[in-house]
Amino acid sequence: MALSGIQIYKLLPQTNCKECGFPTCLAFAMKLAAKQVELSACPYVSEESKALLEESSAPPIRLISLKSDGYEVKAGNEVVMYRHEKTFYNKPGLFVKIKTSSPEADVKTLAQRIQEYRVNYVGIDLEVDGIALEDDTNEGEKMKNAVKAVRSVCKKPLMLFATSAANLEPALTELNGESPLIGCATADSWEKFAELAKQYKASLAVMADNLDTLAELSEKIKGKGVEDIVLVPHGKNLGHELILQTQIRRLALKSNYRPLGYPTLAFCQTHAQMAQAIAKYAGFLVIDTFAEELAYPLLVLRQNIYTDPQKPIQVQPGLYEINNPQPTDPVLVTTNFSITYFSVANEVEGSGLPAYLLVADAEGMSVLTAWAAGKFDAERIAKAVKAVNLDAKVTRKRLVLPGAVAVLSGEVESELPGWEIRVGPREAVDIPKFYKQVLQAN
Amino acid sequence: MPVEVPKEKWPGSVRTITLGALPSEGGTRKRVVTVGGETAMPFMHFEGEIPNPPVVAIEIKDRKPDDWSPLLLETWKDVIDDPAQWAAAAEAAGADLIVLALSLTNRNGEPTSPDEAVASVKAVLRATGLPLIVFGPGQAEADNALLVAVSEATKGERLALGICEDKNYRTIVATAMANDHLVTARTPMDVNLAKQLNILISDMGLPLDRILMDPTTGALGYGIEYGFSVMERLRLAALQGDKMTQLPMIVTPGFEAWKAKESKVGEGVPASWGDWLNRAINWETLTALTLVESGADIVVLRHPESVKRVKAAIEELMAAKSLVS
Repeated sequence: MALSGIQIYKLLPQTNCKECGFPTCLAFAMKLAAKQVELSACPYVSEESKALLEESSAPPIRLISLKSDGYEVKAGNEVVMYRHEKTFYNKPGLFVKIKTSSPEADVKTLAQRIQEYRVNYVGIDLEVDGIALEDDTNEGEKMKNAVKAVRSVCKKPLMLFATSAANLEPALTELNGESPLIGCATADSWEKFAELAKQYKASLAVMADNLDTLAELSEKIKGKGVEDIVLVPHGKNLGHELILQTQIRRLALKSNYRPLGYPTLAFCQTHAQMAQAIAKYAGFLVIDTFAEELAYPLLVLRQNIYTDPQKPIQVQPGLYEINNPQPTDPVLVTTNFSITYFSVANEVEGSGLPAYLLVADAEGMSVLTAWAAGKFDAERIAKAVKAVNLDAKVTRKRLVLPGAVAVLSGEVESELPGWEIRVGPREAVDIPKFYKQVLQAN
Repeated sequence: MPVEVPKEKWPGSVRTITLGALPSEGGTRKRVVTVGGETAMPFMHFEGEIPNPPVVAIEIKDRKPDDWSPLLLETWKDVIDDPAQWAAAAEAAGADLIVLALSLTNRNGEPTSPDEAVASVKAVLRATGLPLIVFGPGQAEADNALLVAVSEATKGERLALGICEDKNYRTIVATAMANDHLVTARTPMDVNLAKQLNILISDMGLPLDRILMDPTTGALGYGIEYGFSVMERLRLAALQGDKMTQLPMIVTPGFEAWKAKESKVGEGVPASWGDWLNRAINWETLTALTLVESGADIVVLRHPESVKRVKAAIEELMAAKSLVS
């Protein structure tokens, strides 16, 4: 039975020593109750309390971390089935598969592209997380050479997959000081894999096509002293994969079922598998091919689904130039709620028409909400105009208000003498037409 | 080691709604499409019924659109000037039903007249045996003028007429009621607004089994997470027994994804965006697939390759039933 924060607090030393990284024992107890930290962070807890807390303190889904020089990819520690209930925490690691039968030059080229791939989305640089090498020739030396080839150009974390554990050992000797993932252990091969994982401190992927076998295997492997386990529910089709992933998440969270309390990994060939793995519970994705036009939308989807729904994403207030505007081009004003910003920016950008987009600080609210809350009024708009020194940037002083706040136009006019205040459309989608028919006409 | 999986038993279910009417039912459709009826979260066959697969609609226009991505204009170039041919091509591309979106102006730049709208709809109905959804141009006055004419001229076809929004729904609902059609009700990504519009529409006397709800989505990168979570919350509410959320959901990932810069623009974009055509199709596909996972019953798409991928995925999601029951 899970204990409350207060119940846990009573079992802690109550010295507020701060060595756990939290300011007080109570703060630490609350985090323990929320299953976001591990009890081992407290150096002074008594053995007696420890035993009592063990059951309630471990996160229902174990945190697994793959590491290499300068990189770390985490999975696990999730606490909800649906993102609106709280949030999803650790974005699933995106790994690209390379087969060891590929010529060394090809391995290097691809590894280098993966190392260097970076795409900017709303001001954030997104990257692929690592490489999954697959031994498809059944030769340990080939795996070792592939690891060397990858490591000559790419430092990102690795996953090593082979049918036989023995084929991974030569490669693992090349990865000193790293925490890779190896696999996949199955009902036939788990014992050798477990020994290897233990020896090289690797995480171990365990694969089965049903939950009974998966749970049995994870227990046996844990019995051998390997706790960093990743589950690979190998469904017979997309729908079966969805059901297995959902059942694993549900057993871990709702039943606190330890044998399946680990993050999962999904091998993805189709777009549907990729979208599903990101939306529905995978801790790691291994994709078969790398292409910029696929990596970009996948990284964005992951970013979107793992956005904390309790904090609306805001964009930086300020002046944005779209389609190289000249001093005679109009200024459109909107709020800094991300969706509002993107709807407007997207319409203007897509139309090819040049404009300045002035984003006022409305505390991350949409136009109407911000107006109703008094966060988007004439005073704030005038302040935004002055903050970016717009008077000096444009020669034709035309400010377009969102149609939803047409009522503000009089007040804005008196706040901004010398400016021509126009009322634009209510919806972003109508901006290009308004621009062509109204702004360009006079 | 036998694992006991906890099952969720829900008191509520989603309504079953049929689009289109066969000749024996007063229409002219060769096929009808039935959606809804779920008694569990999407594709959870092990704890409830998912009696009808989600379906894929292809969106066509009554004339060559002014603002579509050049990639789409190229894809449909042989049929784009003729809605009847376009509808037939969409059917051949695998559509389960057709969405005809009327334009505000005709080819000559004049406002589309009710007669022209009726002619387009009738041509499409002749060209395909699939059920049809008709969207107005999206401006209240034009929507009402065109949709009333279309509704009266196609009495008994069980079209779905849209888009009803909180500021303009009465005329569309009244004409749908009088002529045996359905409506689509769109609200901007909010559970309570969706419920409220459904209440307003059903208060006018239109039975709930003639309302499709469109909770709106953003495209991938442009707010998809809001659409995704609102749909999950609406579906959870429906299963918990909230009657005003128990309607099948229609969403328009094609419209959303193809207006994103990633799909619309091929030049002057970062190299890390990759190949334009594949990126654009991936954008639409991934948007649609994510929404199918969150409970969409009808997804409206624009590119044939996306249609193929999404339909293949739905088939596999439904096929899992035999593996777990």
